[in-house]
Amino acid sequence: MSREKQQGRREFLKTSAAAAAVTIAPGVMLHTLSADAAPRTEPVTDKVRWGMLIDANKCADGCTECVAACDKENGLDLVDMPEGADPSLWERQRPRWIRQVKLKDNLSGRITNLPMMCQHCEEPPCVDVCPTGASFRRADGIVMVDRHICIGCRYCMMACPYKARSFIHAEVAEKLTHTPRGKGCVESCNFCVQRLDNGESTTACQEACKHQAIVFGDLNDPDSAVSQALKKYPSVQIRADLKLNTGVRYSNI
Amino acid sequence: MKKTHFSEWGIESPRYWGMLAVLGAIVAIAGGAVFYMEHNGHWVTGMTNQVVWGIPHVFAIFLIVAASGALNVASIGTAFDKKIYKPLGRLSALLAITLLAGGLAVLVLDLGQPGRLLIAMTHYNFKSIFAWNIYLYMGFMGIVAVYIWFMMDHRMKPYYKPVGVLAFLWRLILTTGTGSIFAFIVARQGYDAAILAPMFVIMSFAYGLAVYILVLMFAFKVDGRDIGYAIQRRLKNLLGVFAAAVFYFTLVYHLTNLYGTENHAYEAFILRDGGIYTLLFWAGWVFVGCLLPIGIVYHPSLGKTRGGLIAAATAVILGGFATMYVIVIGGQAFPMAMFPGKTIVASGFFDGVNGQPMLYSPTLAEFLLGIGGVALVLLLTFIGIRMLRFLPNSLSDEVADPHYTKS
Repeated sequence: MSREKQQGRREFLKTSAAAAAVTIAPGVMLHTLSADAAPRTEPVTDKVRWGMLIDANKCADGCTECVAACDKENGLDLVDMPEGADPSLWERQRPRWIRQVKLKDNLSGRITNLPMMCQHCEEPPCVDVCPTGASFRRADGIVMVDRHICIGCRYCMMACPYKARSFIHAEVAEKLTHTPRGKGCVESCNFCVQRLDNGESTTACQEACKHQAIVFGDLNDPDSAVSQALKKYPSVQIRADLKLNTGVRYSNI
Repeated sequence: MKKTHFSEWGIESPRYWGMLAVLGAIVAIAGGAVFYMEHNGHWVTGMTNQVVWGIPHVFAIFLIVAASGALNVASIGTAFDKKIYKPLGRLSALLAITLLAGGLAVLVLDLGQPGRLLIAMTHYNFKSIFAWNIYLYMGFMGIVAVYIWFMMDHRMKPYYKPVGVLAFLWRLILTTGTGSIFAFIVARQGYDAAILAPMFVIMSFAYGLAVYILVLMFAFKVDGRDIGYAIQRRLKNLLGVFAAAVFYFTLVYHLTNLYGTENHAYEAFILRDGGIYTLLFWAGWVFVGCLLPIGIVYHPSLGKTRGGLIAAATAVILGGFATMYVIVIGGQAFPMAMFPGKTIVASGFFDGVNGQPMLYSPTLAEFLLGIGGVALVLLLTFIGIRMLRFLPNSLSDEVADPHYTKS
């Protein structure tokens, strides 16, 4: 190999390294500057437990802003109906991480609206039943699916008391880098983990809620907005009888 | 009682190969159905995010449950020393393996990621009953294979009984594990009941024996071998007792549910308002699966006929499929009770609005996969009995009945 050619390669490596530093540096800075979340090179710890309080009184009838925001944030709006599929069947097959539910009290007839999603249990039944350990709970309380080892058996969907999980029934042509998804795996709400790991402290649904029905934050921090709100207002867990110690709580159901 | 001699299935070659060709074709069609479903994704099936397990699971669980039950005939001979059952043991053990293989094939080929089977073998979550079952199934196959060897090899005679007892205990644990797949699900009203585990064990007794009876009678008939009344009577009475036991467990399960108010909605759904599930429960599970076979086998004249026994065994199997459908699909179709005291009047994700059940319409491909599993069971069984000495030369009263006296 000629000397000039070697020189050329050296120059190229130097320029690439410089370019890479310029591109990556802001990201690195963002990580190191973030207050709560650990840098991505370190495992998450249980110092933080992410959680949510949803005030059903504030949740407006007919509003689906949180659903739309979740769809956009997590690329669920990119999941297209396969050609030739029956639209009504596809509606029951397409993935949903958060949904709007309207309840009527059997005695009083009182109407309540609320969003339902993965409740991020401390003792998640989906994690218990998963044969491979693909369904797991992070130290910071987020329950999610390792899509590399999910075999698509759907036992977690049988076991989830909140019907929070979706199976990917079709090929997905377009997906977001931070929320990869593939046909044949199960997924569900992960509290917008990509945001939290990058130092942000809101979820897409909370941000989108005009009515401030959703308060999100660190349940372990007594000064966090969510802890303060939980202290102030009475709240319940859905299916509290199962004693799963959910990370999502509701008031005024 | 004479010494039993065993021999390979001696039917003429064209007939044997013809049967293999037909079964092979059914398996190949099922393979095509798997390719179609896996290539497209599960949207081409009737399964949804509400009913996540469908027809393939109905077939797979039936076959897996029947597998452990098919071993019972051998266990009665070995573990309980009933001499008359001893000649029946080899086929019983073979069917146990082939039924399990067929069931597991269907189960695995319905996975969202069947290519990741290796992951299921290398990553274990030991709190999962599914993970335990992987060990239970593999262990069962291994133990029963050794059991067959010891049954066939005279040099191994001293160890034959301990292995037989181990296989019997293992099969009880295995079916308990299969029942626990549902019994451990706290989320759903129809499951979450300890009785499901023993109920699955008793169902396995009935389904496994019914499959055994049909295969035995078919294999003997086409090969011109004799089955005497002594064996037929034993098998028929056993089938009657097992069908009655299934009925008893069914009764206890539903009566317990009916006592507690929290389960009334679920019981109303299965017993009265569930449409297809109600129909399959009463007509399939209860009538065809339990009452009809009991009626046939204890009928003074019908019970003594060969046709009666075949009809009773067929009824138990058909009833068994109906039972699995009601348990697997019915249990999911009933909406989950997330908000006691409230009615869901609108939902963006099909939460059982106004108490409506989840919809499920199975597609042809799902049935083809399930039927392929059944064909695989028969294919493997026929190859087995053709290659090795699984079948006794005769089960006529003279040979099989220890109390036989020439009249």
